[in-house]
Amino acid sequence: MTYNILEKYEMVPTVHLMKIEAPDVAKAAKAGQFIILRIDETGERIPLTIADFNADEGYVTIIFQEMGKTTKHLAKLTIDDKLQDFVGPLGQPSEIEKIGTVVLVGGGVGVAPIYPQARAYRKAGNKVISIIGARSKDLLILEDEMRAESDELYITTDDGSKGHHGFVTQIVLKLLEGDEAIDRIVAIGPPVMMRAVAGVVAPFDVETLVSLNPVMVDGTGMCGGCRVLVDGETKFACVDGPEFDARKVDFNLMMSRLGLYRPEEANAVEAYEKECESETGCGGGCTCQ
Amino acid sequence: MSVRQPMPVQPADERAHNFKEVALGYTQEQAVAEAERCIECKKPQCVKGCPVNIDIPAFIKSMKTSDFDGAIDKIKETNSLPAVCGRVCPQETQCEMYCILGKKEGPVAIGRLERFCADYERGKGVKAPHRATSTGKHIAVVGSGPAGLAAASDLAKAGHEVTMFEALHSAGGVLIYGIPEFRLPKDIVAEEVDYIVQLGVELKSGYVIGKIKTIDEMKNEFDAIFLGTGAGLPNFMGIDGENLNGVYSANEFLTRVNLMKAYHFPQYDTPIKKGKNVIVVGGGNVAMDAARCALRLGADEVSIVYRRSDEELPARREEIDHAKEEGIVFRLLTNPVKILGDENLMVTGAECVKMELGEPDESGRRRPRVIEGSEHVVDADIVIMAIGTSPNPLVFEGAAGLNKSKWGTIIVDEAGMTSIDGVCAGGDVVTGAATVISAMGAGKLAAHTINEYLL
Repeated sequence: MTYNILEKYEMVPTVHLMKIEAPDVAKAAKAGQFIILRIDETGERIPLTIADFNADEGYVTIIFQEMGKTTKHLAKLTIDDKLQDFVGPLGQPSEIEKIGTVVLVGGGVGVAPIYPQARAYRKAGNKVISIIGARSKDLLILEDEMRAESDELYITTDDGSKGHHGFVTQIVLKLLEGDEAIDRIVAIGPPVMMRAVAGVVAPFDVETLVSLNPVMVDGTGMCGGCRVLVDGETKFACVDGPEFDARKVDFNLMMSRLGLYRPEEANAVEAYEKECESETGCGGGCTCQ
Repeated sequence: MSVRQPMPVQPADERAHNFKEVALGYTQEQAVAEAERCIECKKPQCVKGCPVNIDIPAFIKSMKTSDFDGAIDKIKETNSLPAVCGRVCPQETQCEMYCILGKKEGPVAIGRLERFCADYERGKGVKAPHRATSTGKHIAVVGSGPAGLAAASDLAKAGHEVTMFEALHSAGGVLIYGIPEFRLPKDIVAEEVDYIVQLGVELKSGYVIGKIKTIDEMKNEFDAIFLGTGAGLPNFMGIDGENLNGVYSANEFLTRVNLMKAYHFPQYDTPIKKGKNVIVVGGGNVAMDAARCALRLGADEVSIVYRRSDEELPARREEIDHAKEEGIVFRLLTNPVKILGDENLMVTGAECVKMELGEPDESGRRRPRVIEGSEHVVDADIVIMAIGTSPNPLVFEGAAGLNKSKWGTIIVDEAGMTSIDGVCAGGDVVTGAATVISAMGAGKLAAHTINEYLL
């Protein structure tokens, strides 16, 4: 069984959106869950958080950034291509109920998984305050979509090209120090950002969740490659998570584990790019032209 | 006296560097000569050692006259996975243990003969099986490992419409992700799975039951359900340092190697850490498999760390001997108490203690005791935990009324029926980690129970 790509475009440089035809996955999917895909027979299995899904139309949307060989390859696929595997939904869904005021923080490509949460929290009757950040305005995604699902929207850019000049954590701190009571914070983005959010919220008594995306193989609890230390206890991000209490996650361990295969990944990317550049390498079988 | 035919194998110094099959299989002459050793007992005992009731005397008798087609047909009457079973069954504790010749000159090599027949048929092309007339009943089989394959095969032969769900992208369960290529080539597993598909079984891979669909939902879609989800959850020791980089569960290490073909990286995209000094903790078949994979990936030294002595190693003797021949070091009566790491959180070794054996425990094995003051460090950059697995709890999500034990296994009655009417279970998810063939036996029993249930 293979999976059709219904739509695909580059949202901002190196960040792509892909709609995959997967009716059974779409029917079962909930905000906060993820999928695992494999491009072809020789491909690796990579986890990606679900960015959007539509049970009626039978598709699941993923948004990914070009990082390693697999995401670079994925970026070159078009609607004429198919994915070999698309498994999901995996992980525990976010527990979304009416709790009051929720602050949603998305950094970089992490805005993608924050979006369905904004929609779900809004639908459940919460006040949604969103903070989305990127390195620069050209890399900011889903601004309009997030604005539509938020009561208040803050934008931050590292270079000051749009919104607040600085980091999402500065807005989080401002909100925490403000008068409005905040009932929950959900932060999804690069590990450095999530660690920084965990640091900022530490002195405050506000429930704060982060969504972890460690290295995985099966995504069903079988390999234990995704284990993270939460409150001194080993958890499998794939089945116990991916969301955990930010204040209890051992980020240093998690980030070091994320870097485990960096030398291998670098070699794979180099070999892949060389193959794409050479005239005969892929025999024109890939769609990089 | 007739001597048991030895199995031709790849020389140890060669095979330690490749993933090709270790045991090469009998030649036709050897197979006939071995078959002729069978004395055709009036009351054959071998069959009672076979969890899937193969008519062993009958298939061996056919082999004596070189009627290998007749032999494989006889085997396939009750076993749809002969090429797998001929390779990985622990025959020494099953059929061959009961062989009357065993006492004096060594039992007839029943497993090797089964393998020969299966390979003979594969060589000339497996004939498509006859499809039964449909009963119109729909059965879901959850998990495509040995239990699921055996159940699906018998249910399809009975004429039911069978859908087999598999969480991973390839069918076979532990036969695909766990047992390495050099013991069980993956194209053989694929062929045997294909045979079961040809019986009319629909395979849905990449379907995680409990997530994409629950048992509660499936009860409305299917007339009966078989759960053969195995014991896929890796156990860790719970000691300090187990989350350091370079500590793998055997499941992860073997899955990367076997299912994802990390030994072909970068032709295949999944990486693996090869390691210079590799420690494998545990003494079962999985530990042997992990150790021998690590060696083939190119490690300088691979050692098994096991808390009891050689005699208590739970792995098959043949696998232990093969591992020793290949140069795997056995650190016996040794147990890790802490995994050590550097400032980058990379593994540097394991602090171990020496053990001695005391009185037998409830399992009948002598209980290991720590020798005071025996702490020592074994250097390692990769540590693989092969200390057992537990059932994966995902299948319980959305399965109201499915009773489980305190070990997380599904509770069934003697016929394999769970606490939910029409839902059977069998294999490792019921027994905890056990053998391929006992799971197949449980799958067959459940198929029989489902047939009766649907009457």
